[in-house]
Amino acid sequence: MALRAIAGKKTLTLGLGFGPSGAAAAASFPGLGSGLHARGLVTFSLPDLPYDYGALEPAISGEIMQLHHQKHHQTYITNYNKALEQLEEAMTKGDSSKVVHLQSAIKFNGGGHINHSIFWQNLKPANEGGGEPPHGSLGWAIDTDFGSLEALVKTMNAEGTALQGSGWVWLALDREVKKLKVETTANQDPLVTKGANLVPLLGIDVWEHAYYLQYKNVRPDYLKNIWKVMNWKYASGVYEKEVA
Amino acid sequence: MGFHLLSPSYCCGYQASPPISHGLLRFRPVTGIPKPSPKGQLHQSRRASKVLAYYGLTTPPYKLDALEPYMSQRTLELHWGKHHRDYVDSLNKQLVKSPLYGHTMEELIKVTYNNGNPLPEFNNAAQVWNHDFFWESMQSGGGKLPQGGVLQQIEKDFDSYSNFRDTFVESAMALFGSGWVWLVLRTEEKKLSVVRTSNAICPLVWGDIPIIGLDMWEHAYYLDYKDDREKYINTFMDNLVSWHAATVRMLRAEAFVNLGEPKIPVA
Repeated sequence: MALRAIAGKKTLTLGLGFGPSGAAAAASFPGLGSGLHARGLVTFSLPDLPYDYGALEPAISGEIMQLHHQKHHQTYITNYNKALEQLEEAMTKGDSSKVVHLQSAIKFNGGGHINHSIFWQNLKPANEGGGEPPHGSLGWAIDTDFGSLEALVKTMNAEGTALQGSGWVWLALDREVKKLKVETTANQDPLVTKGANLVPLLGIDVWEHAYYLQYKNVRPDYLKNIWKVMNWKYASGVYEKEVA
Repeated sequence: MGFHLLSPSYCCGYQASPPISHGLLRFRPVTGIPKPSPKGQLHQSRRASKVLAYYGLTTPPYKLDALEPYMSQRTLELHWGKHHRDYVDSLNKQLVKSPLYGHTMEELIKVTYNNGNPLPEFNNAAQVWNHDFFWESMQSGGGKLPQGGVLQQIEKDFDSYSNFRDTFVESAMALFGSGWVWLVLRTEEKKLSVVRTSNAICPLVWGDIPIIGLDMWEHAYYLDYKDDREKYINTFMDNLVSWHAATVRMLRAEAFVNLGEPKIPVA
């Protein structure tokens, strides 16, 4: 399935500067894919943050944002590119066991790239509208499916706190039944691993690297504060496009 | 069947004082302590006859700054004082309402692992044990080479110490997400092996005997090494790992696993 996505979107990449997202449900992000191999394999590069590292303070420290972006996300991208290269080689050779063996590395690193690309879009500095509650159709949908925004936040925070180990907590739209859901995924599994119809509207990284330097082991405080820089406009945009 | 350096630190329902050596042996009667309850006298007297399982937080066998500069005091304060303590407190809270009683910590882990369908208490119980094992897997002035029987066994099962070391480091680097890396003695295959586990899982659940454990959860290294996992793992191998603890554990393990013909001197 990964191969299809790469081969199919090759020309799209050339024309529009977009990259294959590798996930069925993701919207398109600028800056995802750039370089092209001689054989046509797309390589991915680190997308720029739409704000300064320190712009999300005091909810998330500049130190964390810089490490998270420049080190962690970059590592996922580097390893994702490496795994894709190896996959291409294995496929060309018809080496099935290598192809299958690489899937976990692709899921982990590719998932890390997808998830973090969404995450950066999810966040916005408070003075640029971060934290402003959703209006319009998404706001109504939240009230319908959860009762209120507070109830949704409470649910997501509870799920995020209860998550053992590393993972993500998502506000998801089930595009088939047009309902909102709260989901969690383990490690770097993208949301689609929980359901092919799930579209990520908001994702919160609850890996320890996302908050440890600032909040230490107090994950609940991190979850409480991250809503102050949540970019509901992005979530609304994705939602409206899906239900239109 | 305990694989701790010092005596098993948990016994259900009891705690004694004063603490012995590093305060690992703790007993205190929990029966007869009425919990404050809105239900009043009747509830209290019923409560008084119930025995609760209760586990204690052990202290690492060294001061919290003993592992500097390889593992900072700050990390120990948080990792032991907050994370490890939280696991103990959460476990005890869970056990108030649970029928699980009468187990040593290792038994509790196997019972709550439930053959791969873990009960809610598993995560806390396993993490309590894992962290105890972890503190005891390290020492000030650690690292360097294993000695004697351990070195022999490593060379037998990995061809050389450096092969083992490379395998260990590689395994740790290849771990996705949170987890642990272990040097275990496989009870069935009767040989040493490197395994990595996710989240709270530990080799006890498969009946293997851990010899060394390394915490690869981010909270274990993030303050000291940020995202540089390789440096953390190498530092552990070169400066922290307690081969003394490993030797003691191997000795105990040999009581349960026949690693070969005993060397009986011929008269």
